[in-house]
Amino acid sequence: MEPSNNKQLNTTKLFIVAGLVLLGLGMIYGLTGAIQYLVPGFLKKYFSFEKVRPLHVSAVVFWIILGAMGSVLIYLQQHTGKKLHAPMLTKIQLLVFLFTILAILTSYYFGVFGGREYWEFHPLLALPILSGWILFLFNVVKSIGTLKNQPVYVWMWLTGVVFFLFTFLESYLWIFPYFRNNIVNDMTIQWKSYGSMVGAWNMLIYGSSFFLMEKISGEKTYSTSRMGFLLYFIGLFNLMFNWGHHIYTLPTHHFIQYISYVVSMTELLILGRIIYEWRASVSAARRHFHHAAYKFLIAADVWVFLSLLLAICMSVPAINIYTHGTYITVAHTMGATIGINTFLLLAIAFDILHETCRSFEHNNKLFNRTFFVINGSLFAFWISLILVGVMQSKWQMSEPRILFGAMMLQLRPFLISFFVFGLILTIGIVIIIYPLIKNQLLCYFTPTTNQDHTPTVAKESMSDNDLN
Amino acid sequence: MASDKHKFILITLLLTAFLCYTGYLYISLPRKTSAIDEQSAAGKLVWQKYNCGACHQVYGLGGYLGPDLTNEYRFRDTSVIKLFLKDASIFTPVMPVFNMPEPEMEALLSYLKSLDASGKSDLRTFKVNQNGTIEQ
Repeated sequence: MEPSNNKQLNTTKLFIVAGLVLLGLGMIYGLTGAIQYLVPGFLKKYFSFEKVRPLHVSAVVFWIILGAMGSVLIYLQQHTGKKLHAPMLTKIQLLVFLFTILAILTSYYFGVFGGREYWEFHPLLALPILSGWILFLFNVVKSIGTLKNQPVYVWMWLTGVVFFLFTFLESYLWIFPYFRNNIVNDMTIQWKSYGSMVGAWNMLIYGSSFFLMEKISGEKTYSTSRMGFLLYFIGLFNLMFNWGHHIYTLPTHHFIQYISYVVSMTELLILGRIIYEWRASVSAARRHFHHAAYKFLIAADVWVFLSLLLAICMSVPAINIYTHGTYITVAHTMGATIGINTFLLLAIAFDILHETCRSFEHNNKLFNRTFFVINGSLFAFWISLILVGVMQSKWQMSEPRILFGAMMLQLRPFLISFFVFGLILTIGIVIIIYPLIKNQLLCYFTPTTNQDHTPTVAKESMSDNDLN
Repeated sequence: MASDKHKFILITLLLTAFLCYTGYLYISLPRKTSAIDEQSAAGKLVWQKYNCGACHQVYGLGGYLGPDLTNEYRFRDTSVIKLFLKDASIFTPVMPVFNMPEPEMEALLSYLKSLDASGKSDLRTFKVNQNGTIEQ
């Protein structure tokens, strides 16, 4: 067996490492934005909110995208037992993404926009992202080969890759006057694409987390079971048709509301399954809870439950008019992107990056404490946002309304709590990801040592990781 | 384990339904009133150029730092809106000083006018039906 050495930081792992750096940056931008809510005009001259918000959103979105791509590329090799179809394309893909992300973040600093929510950068910068994704799609499709007798996570990866490409293209239909020059229709297509795009990256991340769950537990039955595929098809059904809750109040086709409302209720099946299997999940958690990656999988499970509960409520149009345009929507987004996407990707990151020339043993105590601090602060952060949303909703529905500025002043105590817990959450996440990045880089730049610090669990999967 | 044949049938049905739904949405323009003229279309791009959506909402979608601007045009005098676009610091410490050129301001005003004409974003005007749906 080859000892852990500097060779271990390879292209596919770099997707995850770069993603982690973006996560840290994104959290810091988010905090800066939160300060601007409390101290109006803070850094306005150089770093005003219309720059900070896209910096925050894009950094976090690209963390999710890089993390999802990296996890698929690595686990796909472990699944097939073979190297990727075209490793050189992976290198080109990584370089394309890194340079484009750098260009996007820099353009925001200089106030160059031109795009729209989530993709605020100039539309020309979408071209390298598109080409990078096509390389990814080609590599994944060729590496998978056939869908016959494949487990559910392979179906999920393929679905995620194809639908991300489709929805990304769809989100740029606005460049054609036919779509752009009709306000309501354009917004309908915009939020259709965004709703499905989130579903697409969820497919990639959930697929990888199913693979990881089976890798840790050693039970390979779920990914080929009827239940596994039933839940996959429910997820796909929702990805395709459950995006309308974003635009219930838009004066568009009524049938969009009816279709989304009905389709969203199928999520009750997923919610019911979580409740039904709660006891089994807790018992499995007790067996594997010592595993850092598993801890994050369990935490994400709890956040799936909370986020799903909120999402189902928001999918009922009669409730949606009270939550639409308020911070309750932000709470939902934060719960999903941090509690689910980020926690699942952190679980994957721990599985993939913990094997280095340096030991993580001395970090264990700090990790355990920080893990609980992160979860506690995220919950308090989430509740703060819901409370701000409730206040805002009361204002939206009040007759007569006080001025917007006066309403914002009333929200201040909750916004302070939102900032404080956001700060704790950011510190916690930085503490968690710092050793992962540091060890990878230190081992890459320092000569190979004779000592093998690889933990036992890591040794067992060494053959898998040699493929990466 | 479910058979591959059933999975392929199901995914083909879902994909067909999705493509039909998507295609129908692309070809149907449900609100004739929301089609905009050239000047408004240019204003829409000005909105994107200055990233107004980071702080403001349209139909409840966008940022949270400033108010929803869907129907702002009907409630404010155009001269006041222009003052905001030039230098909003006399009204609020939050909004950046854009010093927007006159042609861009005119285009943006035209867009705000078209936006206002496209519908109402005031959630108080919605009717809630017993089956949980809403209508305006």
